[in-house]
Amino acid sequence: MAKVKHHNIPLDQIIKPENIVFKRTKLFTDNVLSYCPGCGHGVAHRLILEVLEEMGIADKTIGIAPVGCSVLAYEFMDIDMQEAAHGRAPALATGIKRTNPDKFVFAYQGDGDLAAIGTAETIHTANRGENITVIFINNGIYGMTGGQMAPTTIYGMKTSTTPYGRDPKQMGHPLKITEIVAQLPGTCYVTRQAVHTPALVRKAKKAIRKAFEYQKQNKGLSFVEIVSNCNSGWKMTPVQAVKWLEENMLPYYPLGDLKDIGLD
Amino acid sequence: MGEILLMKGNEALAEAIIRAGADAYFGYPITPQSEVMEYLAAAKPEERTGMVLLQAESELAAINMLYGAGATGKKVITSSSSPGISLMQEGISYMAGAEIPAVIVNVVRGGPGLGTIQPAQSDYFQATKGGGHGDYHLLVLAPNSVQEMADFVPLAFDLAFKYRNPVMILSDGLIGQMMEKVELFDPIPRWTDEYIREHHGSWATIGKTPDRERNIITSLDLVPERMEKHNLHLKEKYDQMEREEVRYEEISTEDAEYLFVAYGSSSRIAMKAVKLAREEGIKVGLLRPITLFPFPKKPLERLADQVKGILTVELSLGQMVEDVKLAVNCRIPVEHYGRVGGMIPTPEEVVEALKTKIINR
Ligand SMILES: Cc1ncc(C[n+]2csc(CCOP(=O)(O)OP(=O)(O)O)c2C)c(N)n1
Repeated sequence: MAKVKHHNIPLDQIIKPENIVFKRTKLFTDNVLSYCPGCGHGVAHRLILEVLEEMGIADKTIGIAPVGCSVLAYEFMDIDMQEAAHGRAPALATGIKRTNPDKFVFAYQGDGDLAAIGTAETIHTANRGENITVIFINNGIYGMTGGQMAPTTIYGMKTSTTPYGRDPKQMGHPLKITEIVAQLPGTCYVTRQAVHTPALVRKAKKAIRKAFEYQKQNKGLSFVEIVSNCNSGWKMTPVQAVKWLEENMLPYYPLGDLKDIGLD
Repeated sequence: MGEILLMKGNEALAEAIIRAGADAYFGYPITPQSEVMEYLAAAKPEERTGMVLLQAESELAAINMLYGAGATGKKVITSSSSPGISLMQEGISYMAGAEIPAVIVNVVRGGPGLGTIQPAQSDYFQATKGGGHGDYHLLVLAPNSVQEMADFVPLAFDLAFKYRNPVMILSDGLIGQMMEKVELFDPIPRWTDEYIREHHGSWATIGKTPDRERNIITSLDLVPERMEKHNLHLKEKYDQMEREEVRYEEISTEDAEYLFVAYGSSSRIAMKAVKLAREEGIKVGLLRPITLFPFPKKPLERLADQVKGILTVELSLGQMVEDVKLAVNCRIPVEHYGRVGGMIPTPEEVVEALKTKIINR
């Protein structure tokens, strides 16, 4: 630990605009987040909002909240938003973007939403190359409904509907939907990120920024997966959950870009 | 006078979609209405008006594309037939809850299940009583001619935006496939973004500008007190529809002693049956509901004081007949006559049914 020198500087001389190195984006509403402490949804929200603010496109952006823990995302994001039926966010996004090509559109979805009930919409929206951005929160579980198995639940992982662990003979295999999406010619940028360390948060923000830059250039669908924890659903403390994520999720879902066709 | 053409019902509908200034059509092929998207594709709407045409991967996707685009204040429409409309029900319920204007056309075929590709009117309950989950109604228009297939499109858009509610045009395979003369209305320009901002900017998700609160399109509210209020607000809209939107047609009812009630294709058969019966000296009239929700209850109440009995004619096992019975409150005999599975009754059969089921009962 570095030694800290204590000076008698009054607070009001410290808290002033020129000293601010970090502040909350104005695009966050004052509503109290409904997410559990330690959950990645809140961080992902913030990164999206910071990017919209920095790009100056908030007034041209329409966001889509899914069914899942982030069903109330519109309570926290101070932008125009639509709430979709379970799995249908990419279809909504298609409808919005096709009729409003000058707007920015993003779908924010969980793994059950995007990779189980909404798989057809995910694949076909990507395959049509819709000029939208998909933010995909992969926490390997159905958070909202109380911790059931998700398509992305990894081998052996215990959930309330796989209490003895996910057995591939019975339940098939954890779905690497992001790898599938990357195969489709309609996508321009497909990446897998995480937000459980400050360094990863910074990287994830860069990726989200890039995804919106791609949308600005009408290059096709940009897709950012964020491997996230669900400590409540996983029945762990936040610290345990982060460790478990690193040791178990990341080997199966390695971080990094899967596709990047290049911005102009 | 507009342009006069000989067209199929489905084609007239498609041409009317472009002329009505629609911003987008999203759909998925299904018989007996595939001509709608085919006509649109050939007509190059993107060149004529800038209208978006997109073949979706399913009806589920199509209705949710409608949701997304409709929630930005755009005029959006889809068409399908019974099995496809069943698949759309979740989305339709969400749209009713989230108050999104849109037009949905059902060119009904026989069911249940995959049923048949032949005409039927067996989706009446689904169309008029909600269809999906939750307490809601669509405003339902029932065309009985190729002319009305065209004319009801701009009407449906007007009503959808007046009430911020999905409107259904409930047609059937007969009206969709038959050819008739149609006088096409002059094209209505598509709304500009400025127009949408001015007229629908209070609710449409078109980008939050600093001068207003954000617009949220959702059907969710976890606070029971607020959710009940929302349900009651929807109810108020349905009540207003009952007061302001009932449409119907009466044929030969002035001196009628008996009454047919029929909508859509069966009203055409019933019209002929009225003529045949009157040639035999039977004084029968026809009430044709044009809106199925709201249902023309008041004219039926009035006619129940005048006629001795009512026969509903439907291509179903008896669905609208329930609403007719409710409207006349069992004061006079009400019976149903219908053929199903794609069979169409002849006018002679209908007159015979009037005699056996009502006159000589
Ligand atoms: C048609 C339909 N089926 C099921 C549900 C119930 N449901 C709500 S959220 C959810 C799972 C969401 O999980 P995920 O997409 O992984 O998001 P998370 O909650 O983990 O963020 C389910 C099954 C629903 N609302 N609608």
